[in-house]
Amino acid sequence: MKILSDERTKSVFEKLAKFIGGNIKLLIDRPDGKYCFREHKDRVYYMSQAILDLALSCNKEQLICAGTCFGKFTKTNKFRLHITALNYLAPYAQYKIWLKPSAEQQFLYGHHVLKSGMGRITENTPKNQGVVIFSMNDMPLGFGTSAKATADCKHADPIAIVCFNQGDIGEYIRNEDTLI
Amino acid sequence: MGRKAKFGEEKQKKGPGRKAKKQGDPSFPKHLKENVEKKLKSSRQRKRARIATQKLEAKALLKEMKKAAIIEEKKIKSAGKENEGIIKKQVPRKKAPVPVLKEPEDSEGEGTTEYSDSDEELQQSKAKKLTKTAKKSQASKKNLFDEDQSEEDDDNDEYEDNDLDIPDDDSESEELGDEEIEDEEGDEGSDMGEEEDEVEGDEGSDVGEEEDEDSNAEDSGDEEEDGDSDGAQDDDYGDSDDSDMLPIEKANKKLKKKMEKEKADAAAEELEMNVTTHDVFQFPEGEEVEKMEGLQDVQQRMKDVIMVLSDFKRLREPNRSRKEYLELLLKDLCLYYSYNEFLMEKLMEIFPLSELMEFLEASEVTRPVTLRANSLKTRRRDLAQALISRGVNLDPIGKWTKVGLVVFNSQVPLGATPEYLAGHYILQGASSLLPVMALAPQENERILDMCSAPGGKASHIAAIMKNTGVLFANDANKDRIKAVVGNFHRLGIVNSVITNVDGRKYSTIMKGFDRILLDAPCTGTGVLSKDPSVKTNKDQADIDKCVNLQRELILSAIDCLSSADKSKSGGYLVYSTCSILPEENECVVDFALKHRDVRLVPTGLDFGVDGFANFRQHRLHPSLKLSKRFYPHTQNMDGFFVAKLQKLSNKIPQSRKERRIEEAMENPEGSDKEDSEESQEDEKPVPKKSGNKRKMEEITKVIKGDKSQKKPKLDSDQQLPKGQKRHVQNVAKNRRNLFKMVKNRRNLFKVAKNRRNLFKILKNRKNLFRVAKNRKNLFKVAKNRRKL
Repeated sequence: MKILSDERTKSVFEKLAKFIGGNIKLLIDRPDGKYCFREHKDRVYYMSQAILDLALSCNKEQLICAGTCFGKFTKTNKFRLHITALNYLAPYAQYKIWLKPSAEQQFLYGHHVLKSGMGRITENTPKNQGVVIFSMNDMPLGFGTSAKATADCKHADPIAIVCFNQGDIGEYIRNEDTLI
Repeated sequence: MGRKAKFGEEKQKKGPGRKAKKQGDPSFPKHLKENVEKKLKSSRQRKRARIATQKLEAKALLKEMKKAAIIEEKKIKSAGKENEGIIKKQVPRKKAPVPVLKEPEDSEGEGTTEYSDSDEELQQSKAKKLTKTAKKSQASKKNLFDEDQSEEDDDNDEYEDNDLDIPDDDSESEELGDEEIEDEEGDEGSDMGEEEDEVEGDEGSDVGEEEDEDSNAEDSGDEEEDGDSDGAQDDDYGDSDDSDMLPIEKANKKLKKKMEKEKADAAAEELEMNVTTHDVFQFPEGEEVEKMEGLQDVQQRMKDVIMVLSDFKRLREPNRSRKEYLELLLKDLCLYYSYNEFLMEKLMEIFPLSELMEFLEASEVTRPVTLRANSLKTRRRDLAQALISRGVNLDPIGKWTKVGLVVFNSQVPLGATPEYLAGHYILQGASSLLPVMALAPQENERILDMCSAPGGKASHIAAIMKNTGVLFANDANKDRIKAVVGNFHRLGIVNSVITNVDGRKYSTIMKGFDRILLDAPCTGTGVLSKDPSVKTNKDQADIDKCVNLQRELILSAIDCLSSADKSKSGGYLVYSTCSILPEENECVVDFALKHRDVRLVPTGLDFGVDGFANFRQHRLHPSLKLSKRFYPHTQNMDGFFVAKLQKLSNKIPQSRKERRIEEAMENPEGSDKEDSEESQEDEKPVPKKSGNKRKMEEITKVIKGDKSQKKPKLDSDQQLPKGQKRHVQNVAKNRRNLFKMVKNRRNLFKVAKNRRNLFKILKNRKNLFRVAKNRKNLFKVAKNRRKL
């Protein structure tokens, strides 16, 4: 467990800001105690200070995971969000897409969101904006990047992609081994 | 759905669109049909008999008419003669049993009634066979009459044979007596109701039967006599028979009777065989055991052996021991359920036989799929609704849990629904809920799950803690720990630290947990339905390995636990396994009780079976009854064991052996003394010997400890004040000498120490007084004894 370098902190926060914007503040200044980001084996974890203190007593090999894993740094030092971050992205998301029940399964298999499968979309979603995908009954299913702005979506064909899949909860089954 | 019974008798129409070939009605084996056939036969014969009787009646009428016409005066006389004839008939029959008459052509319709009698008799004899233990007779040939004797004799033979089959004198005579009376009755019935139907005749015989039961064994004549009298009677009846019958008819009759007799014999034999298999189980010989039979035979044999064992005194074969039966049963069970003998032996030790069968049967059936609603993300009701809308048929598990659901059937894969992926539930056995419920985690505690993979129970703990406090989930297996990570993130657990440490060394990393769940690795004998390979691939070495690991783990877990005096609400350890072997459960907990300062507390689970406090040769701690066992056949969940321990302090109690060794090392003379004292005590016949002796041992230990410490301490006690003064003087004199000061200080510390020792000594003295008191008491007791 080590503190993120400035450079890495920046890349993490930039990525998070794409999805939750200014709500990042809420992640750091929490009323229920101090929370922090830590890096462990190139993965970024988010946890409360109390858990961190206890986790520090384990050495590097023994510790597998503490708190919530947000994502990992690739070999090229880019930060990539994991689906495990969804727990924190979903409540703070600024832009959302709701899927029709028929399209849920497709999305959970890792496919992009098509216009035909989209039930609702937040007004004024710009292009290439991080969005969190929900089912119609507000169950978070994953996240991605919008391929079209809201206005464009209205005129797109049914098979046009409106959102690129960057992570979906189907990954819990598909690649359980690479989550950590 | 199989073939349907023909409820409506409507016949299906033939024609186009119908199956050309239809499966015929089920056919019954021959021996089952027998009764029906007999009835048929008898009815046909009855018909014939009726016709014959009508003819006879007509003849008799003609005769009577003639007689009436010719001699009116002799009418009365002839009637008297008839009566006499009846009496004559009856008299010889009372002396000896008489063969049943079978001829329908017999005069005055007697034959018909008689025949129905004989039918009944056949059945009766069968029934008697059924009830009686069949034993081979010294089939006496003397009763087999020559062929030229009449059919009646054959009939008689049959009965005699039957009778002779039973060597019991009482029963024989009884039966003979019975027959005699029956015959009489039958005759009487027929005599009385000469013109009556056969039905009434039957009734008469029924009455006879009833009387049979009451009637005790009358002395029947010897069988030889029977034969003689039969012969005599044959002559009586023979005339009338021959007169009406053609030779070919006679031959036919003979043949029929023979066949009937053979059939009856065969049936009787068959019944005998059935009797042997049902009532008395014959122990198979060496080759028979080895011989591979169908599984049905094995099952039958198992049932038989279990029956024998259930009433061993009565049903056993005298030269076979219980052990032999048990060994046979063991082999059969192993064959039938495909276990290895070792495991089956273990199971037979745990369960009584009837329960064992239930357990084995239950272990063949898979448990229903159950799931736990994740209270962090959803409620059970909402989850149930969502799943029902997806075509899953489910119900709450029971009243004892608020998060469990049992799935009856499902149209979608339960491990891949969006609800599952969103972490609204986890697939988890019903038994996995139990240890967590026993642990009863509280919010804001520090809890450890020592062997957590795949994280079902650990996530349950986190859900109960509502993501507060800290949950450590540990597993020694690096591959399996990935499942824990996946499940935790999916279920939205954020208060966890997941570690990959050997549980035996966990105390080197962290201590002071409020609660620990130790779901120890085990042989898995409780989840045979999940993993049937356990049935065959476990032996003593595997169990020993598991037990060793479990012992180390439980001690390590207790070491990691904060004791009850330090932790406000905690200090609890829940030990659970999915095994049902006491070696892995009660014995391990007992080991922990001996080696750490812990006690068992109730688990808080209000169902399940109490743990064993005694098991075969093991005498375990009595409080082990507080632990709980769960079996597949009683609760329909996997076999499971749960025990809850509370840590009282960090002390590590020494075993008595270790203490002795240490004492011996400390003062070898003392131990000798103790021995001599003990031997003295042994000589005294103290009433509560064992209890007193143990007390005395403890006391003597205290004394010994005192003595070893006392002498030097007392010396120092006297010297100390002086030394102190001297040192003070020295300090005053050599203030500049720092080294000396340091020394003095050290001495001062020593003084303080000695003072502490003094207090100890005082305490010990008190103890000594107590010891003295106890001794006095002992002497009193001894005195009392002597008086007595």
